[in-house]
Amino acid sequence: MTNFMNQDEMHALVDQLQPEAQQQALEALALKDPQAAETLASWLKQRAGLRELHRNVLDEPVPASLLQAAGRVSALQQDLNKGWRQAGIAAGVILAFGVGWTSHGQLVANQAPSAILAQGVAQHEFVRQAGFAYAVYMPEKRHPVEVTAAEQDHLVQWLSKRLGRPLKVPNLSAQGYELVGGRLLPGEMGARAQFMFQNTEGQRVTLYLGAVDQKTNKVNQDEMGFRYESDGSVSSFYWFDQGFGCALSGQINREKLIALATLVYQQL
Amino acid sequence: MNHQPIVAQIPGLRRYARALTGDVWAADDLVQDTLERACSRWRLWLIGTDLRAWLFTLMHNLFISQVRQGLTRAKLVPTVDLEDVEHELRAPDASINFAIDLQRCLLRLPDDQRVVLLLVTMEEISYEEVAKMTGVPVGTVMSRLSRARGRMRELLDEPKERPAATEPGDTAQKSAPVLRRMK
Repeated sequence: MTNFMNQDEMHALVDQLQPEAQQQALEALALKDPQAAETLASWLKQRAGLRELHRNVLDEPVPASLLQAAGRVSALQQDLNKGWRQAGIAAGVILAFGVGWTSHGQLVANQAPSAILAQGVAQHEFVRQAGFAYAVYMPEKRHPVEVTAAEQDHLVQWLSKRLGRPLKVPNLSAQGYELVGGRLLPGEMGARAQFMFQNTEGQRVTLYLGAVDQKTNKVNQDEMGFRYESDGSVSSFYWFDQGFGCALSGQINREKLIALATLVYQQL
Repeated sequence: MNHQPIVAQIPGLRRYARALTGDVWAADDLVQDTLERACSRWRLWLIGTDLRAWLFTLMHNLFISQVRQGLTRAKLVPTVDLEDVEHELRAPDASINFAIDLQRCLLRLPDDQRVVLLLVTMEEISYEEVAKMTGVPVGTVMSRLSRARGRMRELLDEPKERPAATEPGDTAQKSAPVLRRMK
């Protein structure tokens, strides 16, 4: 090994890209080469400065225009997800989506960007709220619900009246989940409902229902798009039908959630 | 499942764009364009691959094509918004001065060198990945990095010109920060 470092070695040293032992060997080599050491000191200072440069931007609130653009990409991505991943329901979804696309071809071509944008944002917001509601009430020991399953008829009547459409509680016992009860929640477009289910192991899932902004939903009003979203701990499987959204949330794996969502979808 | 929300990538994209363009508004325009392009190309993104790398690649391609078309030239005149530096004017601080120097020197690097230097240092992306993103061989990445670091060193070691003290014909003067009052 020569006493002089080549440029690539110097970059590797500055960027700390090799295993510890090699890093140390290079550091030792640098000590023997004053010119290299001087260059390295300058490069390291540059690197440290650049790593701090505009760091404050990372904490700045993201401008709304960028959030909207990102919402649009996410919505499209999830369409892609749903197409390939939800094999069990995929055929129906793709059919619905395909028909919607063709019959609204002209409309979509003209209005897609803004409509998909707004739709993506509203729907994303819906599932986000479903996730929050799950996270808040799932761990609740004494008051997980306002009205318990013992008063199921009253529960359904009450929530149907407040949401302004007839609701049904799906039966999930085929997957081992029983109704715990339900509660009323606030939403952007008025009241929303949450039904909670629990299995014998105490695992809970919630079904979150409510209207989403119809205006922003115009283009694909008829589309029943199934989407999956996970923030790492809470996962939701959700869909929209004629401006009405359903989100099934839980901390269970994707397959189990899909199985439950399929049951819900078939019954609603 | 590799679910990386695109929103989580925005702060990083904004920061990189800020360093790349040296301008708050040009940077956000670039991020916006990147997201728009992501929208039109989303079919090309393979689920499960690195979303961040894909977005940075889109941004890189947009930036380079804008530079080639001369679109960003006007925007690239380094400007410093008065509001951004107000606190610095009141309380000069060595690290803030160094940051301003760094940004000024960065903007004097050729675009391809600035890109490589920022991707490697600010974003800590490997040389191989940078090569893929920028569509050049690793050897080219290394030589751009060498030139960028060498040039940055020279620029940073240069005696600083004060914005007020101008010498006619000095090329450096063109890229000296210009104070601009923004609403």
